[in-house]
Amino acid sequence: MFKILKYSFYDLIRSRWSFVYLLFYLMLGSVLLFLNNDLSKAVITLMNVIIILVPLIGTIFGVMYYYNSKEFTELLLAQPIKRSTIFIGQYLGVALSLSLSLIIGLGIPFVLYGLFQSNEIWDFVLLLITGLFLTLIFTALAFNIALYNENRIKGFSYAILAWLFMAVIYDGLFLMSLIAFQSYPLDSFSITATMFNPIDLSRILILLKLDISALLGYTGAVFQKFFGTGFGLLLSTSALSVWVLLPVFNMYRKCRKKDF
Amino acid sequence: MKTFTLHKVLFILILFVSQFSSAKAKTVCNTCELKSLKEAIAVAHAGDTILVKKGTYKEYNIVVDKPLTIIGENFPVIDGEDQGEIIRIVSDYVTIDGLFIINVGTSYTSDHAAIRVVRSKNFLIQNVVLEKLFFGIYIEKSNHGKIYHNKIIGDAQNEYNSGNGIQLWYSKNVVVEKNIVQKVRDGIYLEFSDHILIKDNISTKNLRYGLHFMFSNDDVYTNNTFENNGAGVAVMFSKRIKMNQNTFRNNWGPAAYGLLLKEINDAEIYNNVFEENTTAIHIEGSNRVTYSGNNFTRNGYALKVHGACYANVYEKNNFAHNSFAVSYNSKINDNVFKNNYWSSYTGYDLDNDGVGDVPYRPVKLFSYIVNQTPETIILMRSLFIGIIDFSEKVSPVFTPDNLLDMSPQIKRYE
Amino acid sequence: MIKIEQLHKKFGKNQVLKGIDLDISQQGVFAVLGPNGSGKTTLIKTLLGMVIPDRGNLSVDGKSIKNNWKYRNQIDYLPQIANFPENLTVQELIAMIKDLRNRPVEDERLITLFKLEPFLNKKLSNLSGGTKQKVNLVLTLMFDSPIIILDEPTTGLDPIALLHLKAIIKAEKDKGKIILITSHIMSFVEEMADEIVFLLEGKIYFKGHIEALKLQTKASNFEQAIANLLTQDHV
Repeated sequence: MFKILKYSFYDLIRSRWSFVYLLFYLMLGSVLLFLNNDLSKAVITLMNVIIILVPLIGTIFGVMYYYNSKEFTELLLAQPIKRSTIFIGQYLGVALSLSLSLIIGLGIPFVLYGLFQSNEIWDFVLLLITGLFLTLIFTALAFNIALYNENRIKGFSYAILAWLFMAVIYDGLFLMSLIAFQSYPLDSFSITATMFNPIDLSRILILLKLDISALLGYTGAVFQKFFGTGFGLLLSTSALSVWVLLPVFNMYRKCRKKDF
Repeated sequence: MKTFTLHKVLFILILFVSQFSSAKAKTVCNTCELKSLKEAIAVAHAGDTILVKKGTYKEYNIVVDKPLTIIGENFPVIDGEDQGEIIRIVSDYVTIDGLFIINVGTSYTSDHAAIRVVRSKNFLIQNVVLEKLFFGIYIEKSNHGKIYHNKIIGDAQNEYNSGNGIQLWYSKNVVVEKNIVQKVRDGIYLEFSDHILIKDNISTKNLRYGLHFMFSNDDVYTNNTFENNGAGVAVMFSKRIKMNQNTFRNNWGPAAYGLLLKEINDAEIYNNVFEENTTAIHIEGSNRVTYSGNNFTRNGYALKVHGACYANVYEKNNFAHNSFAVSYNSKINDNVFKNNYWSSYTGYDLDNDGVGDVPYRPVKLFSYIVNQTPETIILMRSLFIGIIDFSEKVSPVFTPDNLLDMSPQIKRYE
Repeated sequence: MIKIEQLHKKFGKNQVLKGIDLDISQQGVFAVLGPNGSGKTTLIKTLLGMVIPDRGNLSVDGKSIKNNWKYRNQIDYLPQIANFPENLTVQELIAMIKDLRNRPVEDERLITLFKLEPFLNKKLSNLSGGTKQKVNLVLTLMFDSPIIILDEPTTGLDPIALLHLKAIIKAEKDKGKIILITSHIMSFVEEMADEIVFLLEGKIYFKGHIEALKLQTKASNFEQAIANLLTQDHV
């Protein structure tokens, strides 16, 4: 697996797109910090970027890589290598190269700015961790979608739809159901609903750090427990891990049965 | 004028005290002739000084009924053994200095205090340390006094069986300065007390409020720090209060505020710092209040305005990184927002005059939604919320459409 | 060496393989032929484990290939379209396949043979179709495995490279290997193949020597024979 991972990774980190992605983050980080000079504001803007853009890029890259390397995959399939090794290796290659672009792209401007001397370092580290989780999750989802769809136009559409659903539509439905049932106790429902969307989960993880004072303004005991103790952090992180493992496991299962 | 009188009074008091102390000092110690404070007070004459040596004195219900100066040397311990009130001052011109008073009795029927001043003038309570108390320093219908540099460390667990650190009731012209109050019910509590100056105090970790005003007018509090109190600072049903240069920090919880204003008229709130409170200022039914030069940083809500509030002015404040800058529960606005700095302002300044060219609308639709359905807070900062906030910004439907800062600042006030 | 029994495969509603039985035990060049959609590629992919059969048995060297990947060590496969990771250079790709299979190779001889030296440090995305196919051939033929499967090996090759390819195939056959070829170039098949496996509608329609085919279809040349095979089929 590590060989496949290595080659996919090398292949990708030299691709134009990883470079564009890296440059984008470099620029974003630098512009945010050096034109603005406000670290807190930069972290908040970054959060918006990370919870929306990272999943999108992960999805598109994942699908694109899968379809573009189809022939190569077939070459590999004819080699004496286990199938799951090929796909998990490729998946990790994509996810890791994207993660690396993210970390380096954002890390360099922040380190240059003097992040290590500031209080925001933990906010920033948390941002990067959620960014990593989202990359792993959405690349895995993209691979799943691609594995199920031979037609690349269809695959692309489903992938974009999946992203749109998780990034916007889900929250719209969520908000509407909260308002519709506002006379009922809703804290357990809202926390559960959050668990089913990795973007929401990452958002919550960051909120726990940035907006804890506002979050603690609510009386429900469940919310109090969730936000006020380490429980929320623990639950969100475990749920995110499950979100990584499930699609990867499904990828493993599906690729063993698939015809190429 | 008033301060001047107060100073004059204090000056006379000090003269008075110093004149007599050297001449007629009574010493109390465990091996002396006078083994208790009570005995010393009984034999002392008006104007005498009683020097209490280091040691432990198990006494309570000590009544100071003549002008005396009681000075503790190296903090002698007055242990009330939970029997009730410890010192009661019923005379003018009494000074208590340097005592360490512990074990005030808790009672559900009477408010036992470590030191209670009743209907007396010109008192001075300073350098006193109070621990294991019920009420700390209780000023009752007494005027022209000073409570200076005391340390009150409570261990309150529940509101119903704990008392306040410093309480003023129907008292006027009192200075409360440089005290440290911790872990009591209300750090400093004022009821029907006017012309009080509260400065340089540190009130932290109290169960309820760090500072609490009820029906008290013309008071000033300045340069105080209020941190980690159960509910912050509450100013209620009071007029003409000046609140300047105070720090309100880390007051977290569903009913916690940096500052709670209820039925407050004609107040001034200048140059305070509000940091990381669930709600920095909660405003209910308050009119003609000026908020200027305050720093609101990383609060859940910077300003939460409830009910009818008229003719208030918010100017030259910094609103930086609050989850919600301003929240209104109605569509009507009669208050003025101008020249503030808003960290979430995204407009531009083409003419480079330091004022944004596009007005800023500080009330977000989302804050309105959260008011209606609190659980929606979990959707904060999601893209969907961003989209609906944006559409509300373009054409306000649910939030007051005249609530605008026409002159948002580009740079933060230093 | 290769034994296929009652192989069935369906893609959706499309029954592609309808019970194929094939036994290849002796050395030689076998051409798998058939019209488009007859199941050639599916058959080869099933053999490679890329397509999972619905029914039937496949064994290589006496061992079933089900849930087994190690048998692929004995197969060299040339895929149809040479489309490789774009950002790798030729050299890196060769090194990578070598690394993945971890077997002794004779890449240098083949590189010289196909005159690929000037391209070694070029990225694959910058190569012409013919050059890519040469790289493809190198990747396949550099290992010394007992079974070689070539899917349309002549695509894009110039005449000299084609000559080299033919020479290699002959040489490999002489080493005692089994070589499976699919091709649409009948002259190439006629020249190279010892036996024909003709697929039609998911079944083996003919298996045997070219001479036998000519005899059966009463055709004078091979191309004609194949054409006859197709037209007389529904009679």
